[in-house]
Amino acid sequence: MKKEITRRDFLKKSAGVAATLCLPAWAACTQDNVEAFLREHFLELSPQQLTKVLRRLEKENLKRFGKAGTIDATPAMKGVVFGYGLDISRCIGCRRCVHACVKENNQSRKPAIQWINVIEFNKESGIDFGEADPYYCSPGSIHNKAAGEKGSGSSTQELSKEQKAILQNPESQYPLYQINAEKPKTEAAGGCKVPRADHFYVPVACQQCKDPPCVKVCPVKATWMEPDGIVVIDYDWCIGCRYCMAACPYGARRFNWSEPELAAEEFNPDTHYLGNRPRRRGVVEKCTFCIQRTRKGLYPACVEICPVGARKFGNLLDPESEIRYIMKHKRVLILKNELATHPKFFYFYG
Amino acid sequence: MHFMSFVKTSFKLWFSGGRYYWAWIVFLGLLIVSGAFAYRDQLADGLIVTNMRDPISWGFYIGNFTFLVGVAAAAVILVIPAYIYHWEPIKEVVLLGELLAISAIVMCFLFVTVDLGRPDRVLHLIPLIGSPNFPSSLLAWDVLVLNLYFILNFFIVSYLLYNAFLGREYNKAVLLPLVLLSIPAAVSIHTVTAFLYNGLPARPFWNASILAPRFLASAFCSGPAILLILFQILRKTNGLKIKDAALSKIAELMAYAMFINLFLFGAEIFKEYYSNTEHLVYTKVLFVSVLGKTSVHYFMWPALICSFLAFLLFLIPKTRRNIYTMNAGCLMIFFGVYTEKGLGLVIPGLTPDTLGEIYMYAPSLTEYRVAAGVFAVGFLIFTLMVKAAISISLGETVMLGDQSRDSRI
Repeated sequence: MKKEITRRDFLKKSAGVAATLCLPAWAACTQDNVEAFLREHFLELSPQQLTKVLRRLEKENLKRFGKAGTIDATPAMKGVVFGYGLDISRCIGCRRCVHACVKENNQSRKPAIQWINVIEFNKESGIDFGEADPYYCSPGSIHNKAAGEKGSGSSTQELSKEQKAILQNPESQYPLYQINAEKPKTEAAGGCKVPRADHFYVPVACQQCKDPPCVKVCPVKATWMEPDGIVVIDYDWCIGCRYCMAACPYGARRFNWSEPELAAEEFNPDTHYLGNRPRRRGVVEKCTFCIQRTRKGLYPACVEICPVGARKFGNLLDPESEIRYIMKHKRVLILKNELATHPKFFYFYG
Repeated sequence: MHFMSFVKTSFKLWFSGGRYYWAWIVFLGLLIVSGAFAYRDQLADGLIVTNMRDPISWGFYIGNFTFLVGVAAAAVILVIPAYIYHWEPIKEVVLLGELLAISAIVMCFLFVTVDLGRPDRVLHLIPLIGSPNFPSSLLAWDVLVLNLYFILNFFIVSYLLYNAFLGREYNKAVLLPLVLLSIPAAVSIHTVTAFLYNGLPARPFWNASILAPRFLASAFCSGPAILLILFQILRKTNGLKIKDAALSKIAELMAYAMFINLFLFGAEIFKEYYSNTEHLVYTKVLFVSVLGKTSVHYFMWPALICSFLAFLLFLIPKTRRNIYTMNAGCLMIFFGVYTEKGLGLVIPGLTPDTLGEIYMYAPSLTEYRVAAGVFAVGFLIFTLMVKAAISISLGETVMLGDQSRDSRI
């Protein structure tokens, strides 16, 4: 309690000093901005304060999208720790999950931010990230090379001009990379038919580690693990230092390099404070197992959309759950086992 | 009001200078203005104006930060040999070292700030009013130790100068423990910064326990390199009395530091190439072309050669005593360490990314401009501080008469 008072007093006083020092800046400060600036850490908010914060953010949405939508902060259910299963032998690499995720979670459309990274591997080399191709079926594909096969891996190969352009600016690939959620990628759309022969696909998103390195390194406690095992980010607390991105072994975290663009008609108004509420520039975001859905007993959007049933989701603490059945009866693997991050995201061969 | 006249005198000193002084100040001013405009664009559009992207989320800014932490640390560590070898103007050596440290830390703060996505939330890092993640986040630790180090050095310098200005003998019992404390503090800032990288198992290139020792060794080269050149300039312009023998002694120490640095680096390279695991790819990014031609290896080879040549120049007594070869060595060391610890550390650390994607990063024009602006701020602070400090501490500017003072701590 004492700490809260110190913090608020200090900030109020310094805000006062700052106000007298720069009156023009003060004039630009709306009451909402000041409130946002003086706010406590999410985990220290009282229920009243939390409600106030949520209403303020809804007001902001109203201004931004023409509709307020709802931002709730539904807490974790008791006795639940979420786990995810992904059947590598079923996934066909159609990327429908990517787009369902973008829609559900209000990701920026420009620059395109995608939480799920579907990676194509050669069956020959297995899960070898040195051979990973996240841009399969697009000109950005680095293993889809036309010529110049000298040696293995990517280390010696020369790039085409197009490939270089994409690597110089990863955002530029997305227009070429659009997939119609209704029908699989076609050659005409700049894509190809999936699954491609001799290849398999591993979608990677946040692995929801039990010992998350991102949480460990965050200098301001803007990211933490909730009681149901979901690693969340407070987008209003993150300072955008990107240390968590350096620490994440799965490349799961995305940064808002510019103001995220999301059209009003594409805005999904049912949101959670720690999940899919619209973000602002300069903060990090990532998969939250669709916290806004799963805490209400729904499946994540990617699980629902998957046309081949490769994605499974459930309560790890419930011995009768599907995810527990998979762990018991299938051949399960986790990514980068050796780093001891203990993901709650299990890949398996069905 | 002695203090007011201290401030007034400093102002007077800043506004009196020759043609070269003003040219230098104007040059720095232009860089600062250009940097400020670039930073304004970055604030308006977001970090998209840099060339950093998700696969390589740290770049030029953080590389410069790392290098400058080394400069800040090494400038003060130079106090040790100053004591051991009884260099004549010990007070000036200490003073200049601390001033360099202060400017370097200011640059460090600025580089971290310009790298933040939300600089408006920087208070979240401050104990009591924010929520710093102690003890687990090394970035939180880094902010803490850098601030303490800054305050410590700032106090020492102000104390020394104010007393010199008043023509008063400073209290050894106050100053000496603080100067001695600043030495382990210097080691700690660089160790914590090394651990910041070191503690990331997701990045095999950084997750090598040799990183912290390497950081210290290379800092021992780059910090003194700057001071060596500075001593010579001040010897000409302000009559700083430093003997050639002291300069070549510093150069000799730098040779040893560079040997250790190269040796540790070599040990790392051996491990990577001989074991030839999948982790070798990061070292390859550093030394051979991995994709296309725009890779850091273009700088890394010259940098390594420069470091090695400088080592030879400083090892051979004849060349380290010659003022020309010594200065050439300093420049080569500066270039070598700057490359090795700046982009040569950040790029291969993050390329390829954790899922194997290779995005070749090179700083954007905005990044260069902002960085140049930050350097200019640091150099400006340093120039102004040195200008006031040297003439006050050499006794040219004294408030009360012209008592002769012992200039040894």
